[in-house]
Amino acid sequence: MKKVKTIKIDVDLCNGCRACEVACSAFHAEPKYSSTNPEKSNIRVLFDVKRNLYIPVMAGEYTDAECMGRDQYIIDGTEYDECTFCRASCPARDVFKDPDSGLPLKCDMCEEEPPLEEPLCVKWCITDALTYVEREEEEEEEEKLDDVEIGLEALANKHGMKKITDTLARLSMSKKGEYV
Amino acid sequence: MRYAEQGFNLEIDLSRGNIEKVATDPRDTEAYLGGLGTNAKILWDRVPPEIEPFSPDNLLIFSAGLLVGTAAPSANRTIVSTISPQTNLMAFSMAGGFFAAELKHSGYDKVILRGKSPDWVYLWIHNGKVELRDASHLQGKGCYETAELIKQELKDPKAQVASIGLAGENRVYFASIEVEKSSCSRLGVGAIMGDKRIKAVAVRGTKDVNVAKPAEYFELCTTMLESMRHRLDNPLPGFDAMLATLGPQALSHSDDGFHIDNFAWGNARERKKGHWTKEYGEKWESDQLQSMERHISCYNCPVKCGGIIKHPTLGRFPMKCYSKLTYPMAAYADLDFGFRMIGIAQEHGVDGYTAPQVMAFAVELYEDGILTDEDMPGFPSDNEERHFWLMEKIVRREGIGEVLADGVYWAARRIGKGAEVYDHNTIKKNEQMFIKLGTLNPMYYLLYATGEKLTITQIEGGVPQAPLAPEDRKAYVKDWVQIPTGKEERFKQFVLEWGDEGKKAPFWPDTDLLNELVEWQEAMHYIDDATGVCAGVSSFMPKPPYHIHNYPLMLSAATGIDFDEDKLWKLAARNRNLVRAINIRRGLKKEDEHPPDDHWKKRFPEFEAELLDNYYKFKRWNDQGVPTREYLHELDLDYVGEDLEQRGFLKSVEEAEA
Ligand code: SF4
Ligand code: SF4
Ligand code: SF4
Repeated sequence: MKKVKTIKIDVDLCNGCRACEVACSAFHAEPKYSSTNPEKSNIRVLFDVKRNLYIPVMAGEYTDAECMGRDQYIIDGTEYDECTFCRASCPARDVFKDPDSGLPLKCDMCEEEPPLEEPLCVKWCITDALTYVEREEEEEEEEKLDDVEIGLEALANKHGMKKITDTLARLSMSKKGEYV
Repeated sequence: MRYAEQGFNLEIDLSRGNIEKVATDPRDTEAYLGGLGTNAKILWDRVPPEIEPFSPDNLLIFSAGLLVGTAAPSANRTIVSTISPQTNLMAFSMAGGFFAAELKHSGYDKVILRGKSPDWVYLWIHNGKVELRDASHLQGKGCYETAELIKQELKDPKAQVASIGLAGENRVYFASIEVEKSSCSRLGVGAIMGDKRIKAVAVRGTKDVNVAKPAEYFELCTTMLESMRHRLDNPLPGFDAMLATLGPQALSHSDDGFHIDNFAWGNARERKKGHWTKEYGEKWESDQLQSMERHISCYNCPVKCGGIIKHPTLGRFPMKCYSKLTYPMAAYADLDFGFRMIGIAQEHGVDGYTAPQVMAFAVELYEDGILTDEDMPGFPSDNEERHFWLMEKIVRREGIGEVLADGVYWAARRIGKGAEVYDHNTIKKNEQMFIKLGTLNPMYYLLYATGEKLTITQIEGGVPQAPLAPEDRKAYVKDWVQIPTGKEERFKQFVLEWGDEGKKAPFWPDTDLLNELVEWQEAMHYIDDATGVCAGVSSFMPKPPYHIHNYPLMLSAATGIDFDEDKLWKLAARNRNLVRAINIRRGLKKEDEHPPDDHWKKRFPEFEAELLDNYYKFKRWNDQGVPTREYLHELDLDYVGEDLEQRGFLKSVEEAEA
């Protein structure tokens, strides 16, 4: 069994104060706590008074392509853009990008050294819209594929294994020395 | 590098469309902090008393408080300063919400507007990019409507917008500037914005705000947040729900019996003891529950004293706590009427303190035959409709609205025919809280009389508003750490005894103690207004998280400038006296320092005169309420002393007569 750290988000309790953004940006400032800047925070509160929409979202993985066929959810009569709940730093929108470098932001659960007992955004959300939950999870038996393997497998499925090996051989001949 | 502040102001000349980024002097930060303090310095330096409120040379300053944009919880105030069209004195108006933090992150501490634009414009500040944009298509639009349209036009939903509605456009003397969830309401700052033909200021910022001692400062901010949590979780015994925790909690409970029974209805006219019956309370509660959708906060504040109202006829709008009682009580109506009116009033952009009273004043004049159908053709007969009708006339300055738009004081004088008598709730030409009480309370007498801010909730606080029940007093003073050094025992003794036989208003406590209690309450507000911390977690509240002992630590760690209690106390006095000097120079007189005649039923004119004279002496003001030359020197305000002397304000009555 392994421990998984998660943050439970209760949107009904969120008051839109953005303290979570302030705290996260301070924690990840260089040097630590030296500045605040919600735009650099790994958590964003997406809100829109007219729709009573107050949704804290933590930055997840970077993606270089936006999703296709995005549309709307309707929950209890309120319309939500499909991106509302998405954690990706994605070309379709400007959240979760460092305003200076443009690099994608990603929540690290405040794990950098020394790790905090509880994520800082949770600590600063004293209205308890964010709560910290540790879950036990079964270790996955199956050996995990690394990123390159995943990519290659996808290519092989698409083009056939033979084409992939041929191409690799050709590439390694013509670009000898470049890919070390 | 500058810490806590950005060190730059934006100077906008609206007449010429000129925009400049100007570095500020760090010595001013040490002397006045920021926010209201540095605003006052700018107004003193650049707006001489000859300048009329509607002159192009009057300035309209939007300032973020010094700690806004740092991690300090609840530091989010936008402090707007100008010369008020209603009082011709310095205007105080502060808003919570998100505007100030965004301004700070865009790289500026203040926006200073001067001149008058030839056409309607709005200002768009996006970090280094600052431009005046056409706003002709926004003319006539509501405040929130304008904000929405601007965000769409800029394709930036995260822009923060401060805007005016019809009232500001038409220079109504009590027009507000609305921001998301809050507003700068008092003293007609919206009218000055309208006069300058600037419909809105929109801002978006993505820059860092730095602090000098990072780890130390963040630790202090965390402790502050923890003490807020403690106060929120542990209501003070003996206080009603509105004041027992933090941030007047008008929207989180519906038990308004105290106010309904004790505040004055109509044109601040009558108390209706026993009005809050079981049935009335139930209807009040169901109105509230039906409309309150979510509790919301300002930037970086856990107190959530605001609310999102969802009303069947008006859709959703955010509101702050204040106007919940003002509109219903002024109109002898219920809470549902209040919500409907607030939704409209916020779009028009009027002060929820003054507007209800002006309308109630008009209704009273009509009922007593001073205003007639000739003055008000089409005036409805239904009570609620009358108030909606008046609101529309006022914000357009149409018909009788033209006169009423100047507020009760000026309208009464323009109407004449005895209408002046109905102006019974203004001080220094400004409408006051709708309270009428029994016996003179000397502490409140001084707060009302000498307060420069003209809004009692922005002057009082820290000391319980009334004697506590004997069983609650000990608990109150037990961990009362907020008291300034050296005054602990006497202030505690005051709370322990206040209300006992022989220890009641008006002749108790002794003048010295009284003066000190008054000065303390006011000083804490002046500090908040410079730092941008909300009074709802500080100066307005009993036993607040922010106080004179932790403030210096926070300010030192944030700015890198050393502050201690004495230095901060002196700084508060400096700001307070600078503001007073601005007003003295603009004609504020001793005889203006007078609470309404009927504020208390039992008055003691000679005793009150004595109280005022004593307080002036204690404040080291002369017998006319003007800060003395020596005192100004001690406060490092020689430039003020010189000017006041040259203009002949520093002579006492005897000197003047000699
Ligand atoms: S701190 Fe909590 S309540 Fe405030 S915005 Fe973040 S999630 Fe919402
Ligand atoms: S867990 Fe840490 S890194 Fe992630 S959003 Fe919260 S504060 Fe930021
Ligand atoms: S206490 Fe209320 S008004 Fe003050 S900052 Fe917090 S939410 Fe805003």
